[in-house]
Amino acid sequence: MVKYDTVLIRYGELSTKGKNRKDFIRKLDQNIRHILKDYPELKYQRTHDRIYIRLTDEDPEDISSRLQKIFGISSFSFTRKVPSDLALIQNECLNIARETDKKTFKVITRRHDKTFPLNSDGINRAVAGEILRNTGLKVDVHNPELEIRIEVHAGDTYITSEKIPGAGGYPTGINGKVLLMLSGGIDSPVAAYELMKRGLDVEAVHFASPPYTSENARQKVLDLAQMTSVYNQGRMRVHIVNFTDLQLEIYKTAGDPYAVTLMRRMMYRLAEKIAQSKGCLAIATGESIGQVASQTLESIACINAVIRMPVIRPLVCMDKNEIIDLARKIGTYETSILPYEDCCTIFDPKNPVTKPTIEKAEGFEKKFDYDKLIADCIENMTTVTVHPAEAEDFL
Amino acid sequence: MQRRIYFDNASTTAVHPEVLKTYESLLEKYFVNSESLYDEGTEVHRMMEKARAAAAGLLGVKSNEIIFTSGSSEANSLAVKGVMFASKDRKHIITSQIEHSSVLNSCRQLERVFGYEVTYLPVSSRGIVSADDVRQALRSDTALVSLMQVNNETGAIFPIDEIKEIVKKQSHAYMHVDMTQAMGKIACSMKDIDLASVSAHKLEGLKGSGILVKKAHVQLEPLISGGEQEYGLRGGTSNSPADIVFAKTLRLALENQKKYHDYTAGMKERLLKGLKEIEGIEINSPDDGIVSTVNFSYEKIPSEVMQNALNARGFMVSARSTCESASNNPSYVLTAMGFSERRASCCIRVCLSYHNTPQEIDLFIEALKEIISHYG
Repeated sequence: MVKYDTVLIRYGELSTKGKNRKDFIRKLDQNIRHILKDYPELKYQRTHDRIYIRLTDEDPEDISSRLQKIFGISSFSFTRKVPSDLALIQNECLNIARETDKKTFKVITRRHDKTFPLNSDGINRAVAGEILRNTGLKVDVHNPELEIRIEVHAGDTYITSEKIPGAGGYPTGINGKVLLMLSGGIDSPVAAYELMKRGLDVEAVHFASPPYTSENARQKVLDLAQMTSVYNQGRMRVHIVNFTDLQLEIYKTAGDPYAVTLMRRMMYRLAEKIAQSKGCLAIATGESIGQVASQTLESIACINAVIRMPVIRPLVCMDKNEIIDLARKIGTYETSILPYEDCCTIFDPKNPVTKPTIEKAEGFEKKFDYDKLIADCIENMTTVTVHPAEAEDFL
Repeated sequence: MQRRIYFDNASTTAVHPEVLKTYESLLEKYFVNSESLYDEGTEVHRMMEKARAAAAGLLGVKSNEIIFTSGSSEANSLAVKGVMFASKDRKHIITSQIEHSSVLNSCRQLERVFGYEVTYLPVSSRGIVSADDVRQALRSDTALVSLMQVNNETGAIFPIDEIKEIVKKQSHAYMHVDMTQAMGKIACSMKDIDLASVSAHKLEGLKGSGILVKKAHVQLEPLISGGEQEYGLRGGTSNSPADIVFAKTLRLALENQKKYHDYTAGMKERLLKGLKEIEGIEINSPDDGIVSTVNFSYEKIPSEVMQNALNARGFMVSARSTCESASNNPSYVLTAMGFSERRASCCIRVCLSYHNTPQEIDLFIEALKEIISHYG
């Protein structure tokens, strides 16, 4: 096996962001160190366009799978580092070529250090010549099975044969904090992922309705938060609001068709208050247009009207199947479909209104003192911070 | 820390301290395979056979009529399928609609995959099968009658003495009795019974441990193929520490049966008195069921919601059989008893033990009243 000694990390979109660039790189560096913190031997080096991680004996597969979850990385490669000297470069490339079982190859050089005696094309030819003379491999410049990449910098040169795509996006946390409504369904964890991908730090609020919802349902939400916390710098705060008394009051006042509309309006009000107190600048939801009665454009308009804070809906125009594919990719799907009641299905009305009006909703809301109930909900809110799964001590 | 009160003793019981102590020392000292030929192996084998003989003695059967299993679900599966697989010409089984899922699903599998015929007897509003129905269902090709002695959801006691007499006199069928919920609670006789299932963890023993009593004359095909363990009827290295400690588990349960019974009867009386004070609560268990189980419904609050509310107040209870608790369907036991779907969807099962106190019963009644006034 080719033993790589360095991981070369290429930045994502942040390369385009002029003066904030330093902050972005620092945040990305922080996030990478955090996700790899149980590898204390790693040595990090940061330059204006790359982060290098020096390996000793760590498991490259594990490091690779962790790095693929970090937003702000466009791609990364496991490389061998050699001094920038043509003979040494040729020799290392030949080693890679000798170990491969592939039949065709191509050498791709980028010369960052313009003082290096050969230009890119010259290096390509020199290295390819060495490989052609000493192995059975053939050059194929259009569809090579093996791509040997050489990056020549002043002092050191990095040689790699594989470019692993990163997760893209911005380093999580760089763009501020949002409060996500996390239900336990398929959509909201995917929304969390999309938010984190845009560099947002995500806190969650979950509305629970005990005893109509069970401890299992609450645990399921925490499990989902734990899974997505991998993308959120290894932690996620979940605020749990006991919503039962407010729901019972809504049901008593409004009855069937408007119950869900009013429930969502109350959730938005609660979310805004919590967001303000936690320093979040926006609320986020997993809503997608038309998916259920409360997600028609009319419903969204009627529900959104109760708050002023911006509401981010990352999934708003996605099809259910696209959302499911993403949920599978981030690993939350199987947990999301566990059949526990959530607070929305508990009062699931037979005929929910699909075109609610603000006037009617306000008419119902005049009939009871919801401010008091909302204040009680906030008063009794509990907060749990989850971290990516760690081995439990009985295992 | 909230006080937690355990009212779910038909699901499982806390391990008896003496059982635990013995088990721990067995696990530590006697880890070797009971089939090994060196001294340590023969010692474990000797202890297992001693335990087998002790269990047999307590039940009034012969040593070689005790087959150690992983519990009642396995014992029931082995009894039902093992007998039918060994039955050459007779392909008919009689059971009831309210058996444990291990019996019912074995029967369904025999119908579906192997083409056997099964009669599922109905039950009365008191939750029991009538001996007369068994008599009428018996056919010349009936190979097995499999019935429970005590129902796990309601505590109803089947008239097993009457039934087994009919089965013996009027047929050649084997009589299998699922004694999982009866052992240690009421008298369990092995007389005129061909097979019986017993579980350890319902008797303050270990999970993953139980026996099938199989009388010597009964022909049985194994379900787990393997070596000669358990007379070739159950392959696989014996779970010897668990099997050994089964004898002590059974002894302790039977020795204390009367004491536990009399104490628990007082608790049940107190519970029923409290429940009767609450308007809208209907008792689903028959009056003459076992003293530890009380099943009731409050039709305005579904089982799951009531369980969550009770859980939040520190009470551990079940609704239907715990083996069925993942499903949201109404209890098939209560439905078979003729109760409405609503009532069968709102049941709660309280299963007492001698550990429970009068104060716990009173707290439970208080909590119920509070829940009903809030969510009812």
